[in-house]
Amino acid sequence: MMLSNLPKQQVLPGFRLSLGCAVAYLSLLILLPLSGLAFKASHLSLPEFWAVASGERALASYRVTFGASLLAATINSFFGLIVAWILVRYSFPGKRTIDALVDLPFALPTAVAGITLATLYSDNGLIGRHLAPLGMQVAFTPLGIVVALTFIGLPFVVRTLQPVIEDIEPEIEEAAASLGASRLQTFTRVLLPAIFPALLTGFTLAFSRSIGEYGSVIFIAGNMPLISEITPLLIISKLEQYDVVGATALAVVMLLISFVMLFLVNGLQWWAAKRHASPAAGAGVGR
Amino acid sequence: MSAPGLRRANTEPRWLRALLLASGLGFLFCFLVLPLLAVFAEAFAAGWTAYAEALADPEARSAIGLTLLVALLVLPLNVLFGVTAAWAIAKFEFLGKSLLITLIDLPFAVSPVVVGLVFLLIFGAQGVFGPWLAVHDIKVVFALPAIVLVTMFITLPFVARELIPLMQTQGKDEEEAAISLGATGWQMFRRVTLPNIKWGLLYGVILANARAMGEFGAVSVVSGHIRGETNTLPLHVEILYNEYNAVGAFASASVLALLALVTLFAKTVVEWRMRRETSMLSAELPAEKTRDCLVEKAVDEHAGMSPGRKIS
Repeated sequence: MMLSNLPKQQVLPGFRLSLGCAVAYLSLLILLPLSGLAFKASHLSLPEFWAVASGERALASYRVTFGASLLAATINSFFGLIVAWILVRYSFPGKRTIDALVDLPFALPTAVAGITLATLYSDNGLIGRHLAPLGMQVAFTPLGIVVALTFIGLPFVVRTLQPVIEDIEPEIEEAAASLGASRLQTFTRVLLPAIFPALLTGFTLAFSRSIGEYGSVIFIAGNMPLISEITPLLIISKLEQYDVVGATALAVVMLLISFVMLFLVNGLQWWAAKRHASPAAGAGVGR
Repeated sequence: MSAPGLRRANTEPRWLRALLLASGLGFLFCFLVLPLLAVFAEAFAAGWTAYAEALADPEARSAIGLTLLVALLVLPLNVLFGVTAAWAIAKFEFLGKSLLITLIDLPFAVSPVVVGLVFLLIFGAQGVFGPWLAVHDIKVVFALPAIVLVTMFITLPFVARELIPLMQTQGKDEEEAAISLGATGWQMFRRVTLPNIKWGLLYGVILANARAMGEFGAVSVVSGHIRGETNTLPLHVEILYNEYNAVGAFASASVLALLALVTLFAKTVVEWRMRRETSMLSAELPAEKTRDCLVEKAVDEHAGMSPGRKIS
């Protein structure tokens, strides 16, 4: 096998050329800029870096960013599961259009989403008008950030769940039902374990996108330091004050978080694929 | 076990179905449909003439022109990278392949603001190459080159991520056959590879284009917001909105929203074509299909009702 594979590899042309092109492009766009950041950051002493990264305003911005992202990803997991379920299992008029529309947050520029949501949820906006009498202020509060991040994250959850729900064999549910399980038991014991890895992956994807989000948030957030200021915005305001060192330190923190999230998503996808592929995916049915 | 009984057990009770449909569709209406309608409603709030005037404004026109120019410059490079990277990764084995794939994924994970800052730190006045660029009078930051560079970074994964799995599943038999029949590398690519990947390639280009034209955060950091010069359409929207020019902001925003709708439509059509081609391919192989069916039947008879049999 090994021997017959070896000469075969040399049949196709263009390995060096294509790899060379790809590596050159990646080096120019990713490795060079990132090493530039590392180089700039290396001018900072550790205490200096720590002072910026754990300053009062920075800590507050992490709290706002992470809190709103967590809440938005949770809302998306709940409604995203319902949306994915009805799109796969039920039939209703306009289903294909609605299915296509789920990707709108991917396609709509974030600035457009930002000004539109801010207008809708402001006190005299179409939605804000009805929330204001209830004492609920959404626009220009941390709640507004959650709304914007929910918009941004929705497709991640729905699109991760859809193929997994499609792949569930009806026989599994039939077997559970014929063994006397109620629909609720079938859902919690059979269906949920099968879709849980995908749900977690979707949650993590939405969360990791939310952390770095800027365009859709700044218009609706109000941007009050310590209250509704997200970390990317803090980087911008440091830049505007010519505080390049401070901006760099915060960028390093955000970049490290990005790496952790990337690692987490890869791990989750590997886990989900393994669960999906193993016969134990329908676990619990046989017992 | 009667079949109707099973069917009932296999779906939710009627009231729950209604509840799920209502809450799911209600959620989508509030979060997707309403904002989309609001863009156009706000844009036309002061009538058609105000809308047309807002778009005829020279600054709006120059912003549209710059946005198109950036996409026109970035997309060919992105396609070149996507095809070459997918070719190397899908058809060959080499050391560091998974590192390469991770690097391709990286732009999805990094905050746009950090992307902008990183390029500022390299090419800006205080940046690594800043002094050298100043001496040679080359303007990168707060000019077109930096906007193009950050857009290249942001859109880097789209085509490659679409093509890598596609080319991996297609394998290399067809290309090897072409080469062994005497085709040159270019002939093989034109006649065999390109027809095989054209829909996936188009799909990636559609997504990359939407992102290239709509990018805000990264471009905002490096553009310098020079009116009529380095303002892309999304930045123009921001400026007008901050000046309380709602009609102007939403008129420009409606152009971008239209772009998003065209993107969604084109994407759906391409998805449909891809699905049709896959099903045509499997229909072309009736012999194999019947064999599979027979095997499945045999397994059925052998294993009876055992659940999870096909999950392998």
